[in-house]
Amino acid sequence: MDSIILTLLIFLPVFGAVIMLPASKMYGKDNPNIFKWIALVITGIQLLLAIILYAGFDPSLSISASPYTVQVDWIKHFNIQYFVGVDGLSMPMVLLTALLSFLSIGISWNITKQPLGYFSLFLLLDAGMMGVFLSLDFFLFYVFWEVMLLPMYFLIGMWGGPKRHYAAIKFFLFTLFGSVFMLLGMLALYFYSDPHTFNLITLIQTASTIDVDLWGMDMRYLIWLALFIGFAIKVPVFPFHTWLPLAHVEAPTAISVILAGVLLKMGTYGLLRISYPLLPGEVINFAYILAFLGVVNILWGAVNAIAQIDMKKMIAYSSVSHMGYVLLGMAAVVSTNDGGAQAGLNGAVMQMFNHGTITAMLFMLVGVIYEKAHHRWIFYPDDYEDSSLAGKPGFGGIGSQMPVFTAFVAFAFFAGLGLPALSGFISEALCFIGGFSAFRTLTIIGTLGILLNAIYFLRAYQHVFLGPLNEKYKDYSDMSKLDLAIVIPLAFIVLFLGVYPAPLVNMIAPSLDNLIQTIQSAF
Amino acid sequence: MSNYLSIAHYIPELILVLIILSVIIVDLVPNLKNFKFPITFLGLGFVALSLFLSHGEKASIFMDLIVVDPFSHFFKWIFIISTFSVILISRYSVEVDEENHVEYISLMLMILLGLFLMASSVNILMIYLAVELVSIPSYILAGMKKNDRASNEASLKYVIFGSFASGLMLFGLSWLYGVSGSTNIIEIHNALLTNGNPLLVYISLLFILVGFGYKISMAPFHYWTPDVYEGSPTPVTAFFSIGPKAAGFAILIRIIYTIFTDNGGLNAATSLYDVNWTLIFAVLAAITMTVGNFLALHQENVKRLLAFSSISHVGFMLIGLSVIGTEALSAVLFYLVVYLFMTLSAFYIAIFVKNKLDADTIDGWSGLAKRNPFISAFMVISLVSLAGLPPTAGFVGKFYLLAVLFRAKTFYWLAIVAILNSVVSLYYYFKIVKSMYFINESDEVNITPLEVNPYIKWTAVLFSAQTILFYLYWTPLIEFINRSLVFWNS
Repeated sequence: MDSIILTLLIFLPVFGAVIMLPASKMYGKDNPNIFKWIALVITGIQLLLAIILYAGFDPSLSISASPYTVQVDWIKHFNIQYFVGVDGLSMPMVLLTALLSFLSIGISWNITKQPLGYFSLFLLLDAGMMGVFLSLDFFLFYVFWEVMLLPMYFLIGMWGGPKRHYAAIKFFLFTLFGSVFMLLGMLALYFYSDPHTFNLITLIQTASTIDVDLWGMDMRYLIWLALFIGFAIKVPVFPFHTWLPLAHVEAPTAISVILAGVLLKMGTYGLLRISYPLLPGEVINFAYILAFLGVVNILWGAVNAIAQIDMKKMIAYSSVSHMGYVLLGMAAVVSTNDGGAQAGLNGAVMQMFNHGTITAMLFMLVGVIYEKAHHRWIFYPDDYEDSSLAGKPGFGGIGSQMPVFTAFVAFAFFAGLGLPALSGFISEALCFIGGFSAFRTLTIIGTLGILLNAIYFLRAYQHVFLGPLNEKYKDYSDMSKLDLAIVIPLAFIVLFLGVYPAPLVNMIAPSLDNLIQTIQSAF
Repeated sequence: MSNYLSIAHYIPELILVLIILSVIIVDLVPNLKNFKFPITFLGLGFVALSLFLSHGEKASIFMDLIVVDPFSHFFKWIFIISTFSVILISRYSVEVDEENHVEYISLMLMILLGLFLMASSVNILMIYLAVELVSIPSYILAGMKKNDRASNEASLKYVIFGSFASGLMLFGLSWLYGVSGSTNIIEIHNALLTNGNPLLVYISLLFILVGFGYKISMAPFHYWTPDVYEGSPTPVTAFFSIGPKAAGFAILIRIIYTIFTDNGGLNAATSLYDVNWTLIFAVLAAITMTVGNFLALHQENVKRLLAFSSISHVGFMLIGLSVIGTEALSAVLFYLVVYLFMTLSAFYIAIFVKNKLDADTIDGWSGLAKRNPFISAFMVISLVSLAGLPPTAGFVGKFYLLAVLFRAKTFYWLAIVAILNSVVSLYYYFKIVKSMYFINESDEVNITPLEVNPYIKWTAVLFSAQTILFYLYWTPLIEFINRSLVFWNS
């Protein structure tokens, strides 16, 4: 059982997508019920498997000693292996992916347009994401990384908002642009390491022995750059972030949740899984730039979020800002102060998990109000088609009409702006502590982000939920049971990890300590 | 080997000649008219069988004019698969008049014979004849739609460009003859070793490259491609974009590795007189793929788009010639196989759309996903493969070609050009996907289902499925290719 659990996690959704085809023949392909139930059951089993995996997971074991690791030859000619395993770095991501996939099926419950396509593509996307987090062979990693693009393209392009076609192709082209550079970096790693291998564990030893110059630059630095472009676009790091607001806004709610909750983490996960251990010397050289980009992300994302009048776009930019914390925390790995590196890196990985849950909640809640009002303007734009509404507030006073909903939004907004006792606070604080120990001035500038975060969240809260009730919305009902069922688990996790983060820290710390050692020994 | 003994090694070609004759004769007998296609398919089946039985043979036949070796054997499989599938679909294409079927089949089979000869010639005269045997019927096939101006134009353009390129190639070959006094490429190589010089090598190589560059539509000799592809009937376009290109690569590889390397074989390590032809190919590869891709970006006509995309694929395959070594060649051959399947399936579906909707432009494909989701899904797979993304063999092919550069640790700039090109190519391939799948609410789209002919449907599915199959496990294919990289004399 132990050895097939990871394989099941990856390929169960593929199986689910495949059995939808005979199901569509039997029940008709326009009847959504059968497909959403299949998807729900499959992602439910997946979540269960992820929990079983977590229950049996021993963070102190290395990957080679872990009973879950599977290593089988795939293509001998190129020494490519099917090599999957789980450690402290991937465990929280696996849990996050399984949880958000399961909840996203719930969010998609009302999809009626081409349900066969929607749910089968969703499951393929799920499989790709799981594969990325579990692969330990670079080729396999790359394959899953790319496999995900196609379902995502269709999910945005067919079920999205008004500008969905443009958003879909922009997302596709941007991420492909990044990943082809990653492909070059991967080939360089393979051919310059001796023996030639894609095995990410072996490469930790061999990659650091690469000693070649190309175009007057160190080969390892070029590889780092190539990989960085690939990962940075996914994170997204400024100035590669322009695909993100568009894709998040146009995507259907469940897909926004997956995009912000899981896909963005792949970028930082890739850096931690591949670039960091393989090229520790380059991490040290690049750390300042990384921290700088992190701070730019924090501020740029926040400033842009303040300027948004569309709630979903505001949350999209807040994601850019929050991923900046992760970058800052990651860069702090070079800190020589006692505990600085630990704080930074632990904070970064925790922030990856926490941002996943918080942003999922935010997007989901915006989806709830959008379903009812069919718009999500904080203020109508000045050139709105109905000129009597242009420039006016989009909502107002919803709080008295939908108290439960308002309470959850308040909870999510406060989690987003990092209120103590909610999970975002701890991870953001750790990122700043780590950052402060390594990059003092930059971090001080970065802390401005906290203030800016508060501005846009509170402003949105004020204009949408407080004040006199807008008459248009006076017969709106509160959240449905389904909505509550989705949001309560997320809220619980956010609160629990805010009060008692130990389970998460214990899970990730041993692996991250190894990583810190690898990097610090390269000084 | 004497002519009489050679016949034993020449059975596939002889069967082919027999089919050509019998198709023509059968058409003259009114009662047997309908047997043209069965006879062709049966005959090609026999050709395939005899080809299968001749696996691994090595011989130089007909007084050293042509050879039978694993290298030509590999290419013959590509030719026969592509010809078989194209004739199969031509039967159902509305663009080929029923009354012209016999000319059509026999011309195509003649080209097939020419392709077989191209892959196996080792004598420059024979090479020239083989090239012409492919070219001349091709000119006629391009003009098969007799009352269509575009088709006539395609035919005429093809003739003019083709003859010009052949002339230049002949000129290049004559230099080689002048030095060596022989038409056999192995003797030419030996003569060049004793009394050649780098300048001579450069001149003859460049002129020969013009000839073959034209055949494989390598930039800057690609100008004929879009017009000819657009004007010809779609099945003919499909045929042109695979068979003659593969043959061009076969003969290019054979000539270059026999004449222009130090030891005149596939296991060569350096070029003759250290002439830097690998750089020439690297530059040509970069130009070809870039030109093909950027011109494809603004095409609205599906056939023109596929024509430019085929140019860019040639650019990719040329990467394999910018490094000397069997590993590089196996990448080219691997890509050819993948290219064969993905191009055939894309063209199959294009023919289906042309038959049903009479659509030439991308807009004409609008809403196809609603009308026939099954075929559309497989079109997406072929397009993803053409764009070179996982999980398809198109990705593996690109991966192998890029690996060639990294293994040899050279021309990294070419690798960067290549990957940027593959990003660009995604954009125009996905214009078709967008047209099939993404419909605006305001658009009025016909959603009545479209029936597909089962032959077209299942063949297209088979070919698209190949690209996934070879992606999941390509070890047998790469082993077959490595076994095929052997000339008759090694």
